[in-house]
Amino acid sequence: MTTRFENHRFKLAGILRHTLSLLSLSLLVLAAQLCMVKPSHAEAPIVNFNRDIRPLLSDRCFHCHGPDEENRKAGLRLDRRDGAEGAINALTPNDAAGSELYKRITSKDPEVVMPPQAAHKKPISPQESKLFQSWIRQGANYETYWAFTSLKQPATPSVSNDSWAANSIDRFVMRKLDENGLSPKPVADRRTLLRRLSLDLTGLPATREEIANFLANKSSTAYEDTVDRLLKSPKFGEHVARHWLDLVRFADTNGIHHDHYRDLSPYRDWVIRSFNQNLPYDDFVRYQIAGDLYENPTQDQLIGSGFNRLHMIIDRGTMLPEESHARNVIDRVTSVGTAFMGLTVGCAVCHDHKYDPITSREFYQLYAFFNNIDATPETGGRSGNDFKRGLQKPYIELPSPEDQRQRDKLLAQTASLEKKLVELKAADKNAAELDNNEDKQNKQQIKQLENQRNALRGELTNLEMQIPAAMIMKERDEIRPAHIMIRGAYDDLGEQVERGTPAFLPAMADVSDRQSNRMDLANWFVSKDHPLTARVAVNRFWQQLFGVGIVKTSEDIGAQGEWPSHPDLLNHLAARFVTSGWDVKALIKEMVMSTTYQQSSRATPHEYETDPENRLLARGSRYRLDAEVIRDQILATSGVLNSKMGGKSVKPPQPEGLWKSVSLPSSYPSRYVPDTGDQVVRRSVYTFWKRGLPPPQMTILNAPTREDCTARRERTNTPLQALLLMNEQQYMKAAQHLAVQALNLKAERRLPGIYETITGRVPDTREQEVLQNAFNDFESFYSERPALAKSLVDDNIAPHHAAHTIAAWTMIINTIYNLDITKTRS
Amino acid sequence: MDQTNPLSQARRQFLKTSGMGLGVTALGSLLPQNAIAQTNKAPHAKHVIFLFMAGAPSLVDLFDYKPDLEKQFKKPLPESISQGQRVTAMTRGKEQLVVPSMFKFNRSGENGLWMSELLPHLSKQSDHLCILKSLNTNAINHDPAKTFVCTGSELPGKASMGAWLSYGLGAINKDLPDFIVLNSAFWTGGTRNVQGLYSRLWGSGFLPSKYQGVAFQTNGDPVLFLSNPKGVASDVRRRMLDAAGELNRKHMAEIGDHEIETTISQQEMAFRMQTSVPELTDLSQESKETLEAYGPEVSKNGSFARNCLLARRMVERGVRFIQLFHRGWDHHSILPKQLRGQAYDVDQASAALIQDLDQRGLLDDTLIVFAGEFGRTVYGQGKLARDDYGRDHHPRCFSGWLAGGGIKGGISYGKTDDFSYNVAENPVAVRDLHATLLHQLGIDYQKLSFPFQGLDQKLTGVEPARVVTEILS
Repeated sequence: MTTRFENHRFKLAGILRHTLSLLSLSLLVLAAQLCMVKPSHAEAPIVNFNRDIRPLLSDRCFHCHGPDEENRKAGLRLDRRDGAEGAINALTPNDAAGSELYKRITSKDPEVVMPPQAAHKKPISPQESKLFQSWIRQGANYETYWAFTSLKQPATPSVSNDSWAANSIDRFVMRKLDENGLSPKPVADRRTLLRRLSLDLTGLPATREEIANFLANKSSTAYEDTVDRLLKSPKFGEHVARHWLDLVRFADTNGIHHDHYRDLSPYRDWVIRSFNQNLPYDDFVRYQIAGDLYENPTQDQLIGSGFNRLHMIIDRGTMLPEESHARNVIDRVTSVGTAFMGLTVGCAVCHDHKYDPITSREFYQLYAFFNNIDATPETGGRSGNDFKRGLQKPYIELPSPEDQRQRDKLLAQTASLEKKLVELKAADKNAAELDNNEDKQNKQQIKQLENQRNALRGELTNLEMQIPAAMIMKERDEIRPAHIMIRGAYDDLGEQVERGTPAFLPAMADVSDRQSNRMDLANWFVSKDHPLTARVAVNRFWQQLFGVGIVKTSEDIGAQGEWPSHPDLLNHLAARFVTSGWDVKALIKEMVMSTTYQQSSRATPHEYETDPENRLLARGSRYRLDAEVIRDQILATSGVLNSKMGGKSVKPPQPEGLWKSVSLPSSYPSRYVPDTGDQVVRRSVYTFWKRGLPPPQMTILNAPTREDCTARRERTNTPLQALLLMNEQQYMKAAQHLAVQALNLKAERRLPGIYETITGRVPDTREQEVLQNAFNDFESFYSERPALAKSLVDDNIAPHHAAHTIAAWTMIINTIYNLDITKTRS
Repeated sequence: MDQTNPLSQARRQFLKTSGMGLGVTALGSLLPQNAIAQTNKAPHAKHVIFLFMAGAPSLVDLFDYKPDLEKQFKKPLPESISQGQRVTAMTRGKEQLVVPSMFKFNRSGENGLWMSELLPHLSKQSDHLCILKSLNTNAINHDPAKTFVCTGSELPGKASMGAWLSYGLGAINKDLPDFIVLNSAFWTGGTRNVQGLYSRLWGSGFLPSKYQGVAFQTNGDPVLFLSNPKGVASDVRRRMLDAAGELNRKHMAEIGDHEIETTISQQEMAFRMQTSVPELTDLSQESKETLEAYGPEVSKNGSFARNCLLARRMVERGVRFIQLFHRGWDHHSILPKQLRGQAYDVDQASAALIQDLDQRGLLDDTLIVFAGEFGRTVYGQGKLARDDYGRDHHPRCFSGWLAGGGIKGGISYGKTDDFSYNVAENPVAVRDLHATLLHQLGIDYQKLSFPFQGLDQKLTGVEPARVVTEILS
């Protein structure tokens, strides 16, 4: 497959497929243009089954002629060549005209043509039928789906410009550029490089000091040293974890019905810690799927197993518990599918998967691994500390030594009081004959001790409320049987199934002496011959750095996913990732050390139009920053960011009444009470996430609700985003903080200083002029309107400055925060 | 704009030198993204107002008149009727004793439609109404059922109705969002069993998020972050956007990325919204008669009545899809009192909305839908008195109504059995309602699709749906 692909000439079909899914008019224009510059050759180019034919079969045919046995029509399956129902029944190799498939897709007869009108599928276009024709003429060969083949390190290609290539990534990229007659852009200027690296690796921009150091560092390893410095920064983990938290739908509430509080923050902190400590990815997977099944699991292994507790969960009362249980397990399995397999296994809940070879039975075999949780399927009643702490058994407590000392002390004191009380009460009972006075005294003492004990209990409760605890996974002693659920209905059980993995993937290691468990499953995921785990992970890391994955549909690399832009590059990186011992930091370093990564993103409008998502990598990628990065950047550049790590989620201010407008009065909590002090300026990864209504500062900029697994965020550009960046009160306050700092600079250094702090760039004459003019206008406007200026300025932030000056600078900073280059990584 | 201040002068200068009028309009976002889904026929309606009754109103107490149930008071629901229907955890294993409605029903309109005494105003509009008595769904609990009505799927992650329409049809106006959500901030009849809402009910799911609904807020800015911060006058904002626009254009020329142009145009749209949204929510120009028609609650921010009036104003200004949520309908106990309160909230206002649109010649263009997420059982829950009872969730049948938008008025469609428990005739599944709604807006529900997770996702899902052609005028 690879060699054929390497030799292929540019082909329209691949591009067409990818453009159509983009729904991008400009790309269609491009495709048409390419069509014109590439005249058709007498000899048809070699058709690649996986790239050119399988997507068409999958999209138009598999629904009725694919893996789903129950709904298969006419006993024909086109996902396989051979076998009783295989495609060979509809294909005559080398003879397109004699092949039923070709006849059907080109038929003019509405009764005969495939796909039939009633299927509401897009008809096969003339170009597409031409591809089928060539493919059949060339032998109608089938290939295993690329993502399901075992990982092999492909040969590194030789390319036109060897000196450009810093590492093998560049050779794969260069080959693609060569094929398309494109050449790369030069390396970006050093300011851009540093800003890019800092944002990509830590989610925060470089400080002016860091910029100065980098510019002054003339050593040949200056760039690499910076990469190493950033990879060692604890902010790296905070940033990379954020992507993972989207993927596993980490949040702070149940997400269903009352949408009560649910504290999973120790899991979030563990993810951050794992990335910072560079926990090998295979262990990262093991901890999450089966951390509780290690012999004597460590605290971190147990916390990691909390992955199994991240699903939405209903509170007790309305749903039937067995239905809730089934939903939870399905959710767990579906997220394993998305996170570790990059497949939409959830499709097989109701029926065999229509596109990928996963049967419904196999789904429930996976289900059987996750079915045996020793926990109630719904969150419990409102009484007790667990409810208030957002906890549900099983969990482990994580008290600090000081907490533990304090708790032991309180427990001991309570116990000794209890003991005394028992004695006194016994004495009191026997003391009927004692004189009144003594009895009274005794009663008084009991009362006093009871008060003391209650006070201690209150203190203990308060203490326990503060002690972090991590919900974990735990097996029941007796394994709960799993059944196929007919059409996904929890109350319509079919045949009982044993734990097992899908047959199209390599078999799990044999554990014939016992029932296999989640640890066996985890080991299977990270075994050397598993084709998916490394590819899926590498693709997502690539997406984090380049804006789009090598497979754009990073949530689905199955048959309906998109064809990779650089299949061999993905295979290369995935194979390296495994042999490196699943070393995440090494992988990321390899990516950012490539010349590909370091290219300038400046290009012609035409180049942006022809490849808006930069899939060919002929320039540096340019895309809008994520919501969290935009907020953190504002907090950091204005100097107010509190870089404290970890702990319970925090609530920065948000517009009033949002929670009230969706909560039940009995939701816990039902009102948003913002935190105070420096808790409100923590990094956004620590922001409290109510699934029913997540923070608008995040969702307006495309953050997901975290109700289901999200492997990639989209990026839109909307007026609501513009309003947010213009008017959000915390951002406006941050601007004032920066204004105060600017006034500490010499007058002529103020504008360039602010500009550099926020954008990492020094303003040129024109930029300086535009901003200076605006400043002059603002200043004269506000000096004529002192009351207005005063109302803009927060006295706590700028008590010692002239209000009109602060107001004018604040508006200049607000202007710069709203520039496209500020919210964009380039 | 104050013409004498330095910012206005700067503005005039800026317009002169830059050759820029108001910002570039985001033409792209005004175009339909899925023209292929539109049917050849001219659409019957341009707008939808969906009055969502979260919590599920009781059908036998409002629309589904069953006088014979009087004889069944406290008698067990026959098993031939319940047929092993699954129930909620609340009434599982309990006796199912029939409780007839305590409310009187009256005939109204030319065709004599039966309606509860709790809906006196709506009864007067019955010539406009198409009462659906055979709606049905699968889910038996609120959250999945609401998610199903709003997005066509019980599980989160799918696109909501309004998002589908924006995606399929494009925006009508360029100064306001295309899909607006109005939640009642309070309701009458008590706050027991109030419904939770979730932003996914108006989310865009797998569709680009620019299609998601914009939930207007009751207090503060109707659109989040709409107002300039304290001390930032409109002139200042204008001047700031001119400076930002100038720099953005400069960067566009240097970098080459046309996305920067989109940023500029979205900032300009944001600026226009700072005027258009306050204008929209300002009711001071409404006549006394109009305000009175919507009832006394119209003066209160966040009332259902006020939201109905706002919905009419939105239709006038070209908003495509407006969804109201009223969420106090989950009457497991003391139903008569609570239902009276809810009916009080919605009866006069929704009747006024129909009439108001009709008077302005907008009713034909506007499809109004009134529905909850499921129905309520004929058997009682809680205290079982003639005048005090509750009812549990019931997915097998529920009632709702449609008005305007090319729907026949003065009819009821579909029938339930004697116990208002099963659909006896002409079932209308939620996906059929979706298909019909899309059809009235000129969209073929089978063609409106979006590829996600390997499927051509559709609002109507994978089960067969149908347009309920019998109710179209």
